Amino acid sequence: MRSKKSSLLNLDILFNGMTIMCGGFGGVGSPPTIIDWILDSGVTNLTLISNDAGFPWIGPGKLVTEKRISKLIASHIGSNPEAGKQMHSGELEVQFFPQGTLAEKIRAGGMGLGGILVDVGLGTSVEEGKEKTIVNGKEYMIEPALTADLAIIACKKADPYGNLIYDQSARNTNPLIAAAGDITIAETVELVETGSLNPEEIITQGVFIDHVIESKGVDWKWVWELKREG
Amino acid sequence: MGMGAETRRLIAERAAKEVTYGMMVNLGIGIPTLVADFIPSSLDVMLHTENGILGMGGSPEPGKEDGNLSNAGGYPVTINTGASFFNSAEAFGMVRRGHLDLTILGALEVNGRGDIANWIVPGKRVPGMGGAIDLAQKAKKVIVLMSHTTKEGKPKILKECSLPLTVKEGAHMIITERAVMRIDSGELFLIEVMPGFSVEDVINSTEAELNVELVGRRTS
Repeated sequence: MRSKKSSLLNLDILFNGMTIMCGGFGGVGSPPTIIDWILDSGVTNLTLISNDAGFPWIGPGKLVTEKRISKLIASHIGSNPEAGKQMHSGELEVQFFPQGTLAEKIRAGGMGLGGILVDVGLGTSVEEGKEKTIVNGKEYMIEPALTADLAIIACKKADPYGNLIYDQSARNTNPLIAAAGDITIAETVELVETGSLNPEEIITQGVFIDHVIESKGVDWKWVWELKREG
Repeated sequence: MGMGAETRRLIAERAAKEVTYGMMVNLGIGIPTLVADFIPSSLDVMLHTENGILGMGGSPEPGKEDGNLSNAGGYPVTINTGASFFNSAEAFGMVRRGHLDLTILGALEVNGRGDIANWIVPGKRVPGMGGAIDLAQKAKKVIVLMSHTTKEGKPKILKECSLPLTVKEGAHMIITERAVMRIDSGELFLIEVMPGFSVEDVINSTEAELNVELVGRRTS
């Protein structure tokens, strides 16, 4: 079977101004090794699509803290004060979507659809500037699909073809984002042999994955760990 | 909020009384999170989290935390028997499809018709709406838990919200340290007064028009 096992050292795919979609929810399920690789590459002026801005030292939040992001598409930035600061100073453009709408826009991109029809946020500022349509007598906003130059995700187990399974609540946006990248890199905790994953239990099919790399592990401390340490 | 731990727990305990057998429930961050402590396990409630758990349990014992098993606020949790994990699209698909029986959330302002504002203070605090709009618009029942007034003593239950809305006419119930209020057909009803407060206290600290219709136990 075709193997997508890669080393980040051999990938020359990053460029200034590119759009990167990053899996994870509050940094849980974000790919630490790929994020550090992007930081080390020096690329900047990025558009980041992510459920949230992580924390200043966690997940995609690191890219915000290091001012590599010029535009952020997310549902929430409250856990990353650095993102709020940059938004208010005008350094960072932020586009908010309701969390479920953002997930579906990404899913639509990954599933080859043009967009979705959604009524969440009608009657609020969410509907401002949105194209609307009526289907079966109900009003919906037309929300275009989202894709990205690069999608980066984290998983628990991967086989060389890129079939993936996830770990508990670290799944979150990863399977959606996996399918929405023009190029997708999956960072796995464990690289297993072809045939060792149960086909019934594979969550992301390898066809969506371009590169599989092995994780060096989470290199940040969670908020609850820091609190516990005082 | 400026409310003491005891007051916060009192509000959470009252909110838990709205939970009935077999419900699927989503609890927001802050006082709503405390509600879980007051839901008896005999009710077989399935707690839902935006980050992809149905059947969330309580906090793990110290030392047993797992970084990949957390609630939407990023804190470690456990799961109950029968729990499942899913992606973020599915997490909100079950909400939009109408399976969420109850969501309990915090608010900055509400009005007498049930409009809720809880995600943005323009120019000051712009955290983003997260899943609040999806939840408040699509849950079958929406309960707002909050302090009755601002730190400066100004009403938060208003004739009209001044902040951008999370949902229009979404709230069914408001529970504060002073009162329990029900919203029905665009009207606000005072149904219970909390210990230490009088009906007059509640009316005087509420800007929205309040119909007094006390029912059941009066806890003061």
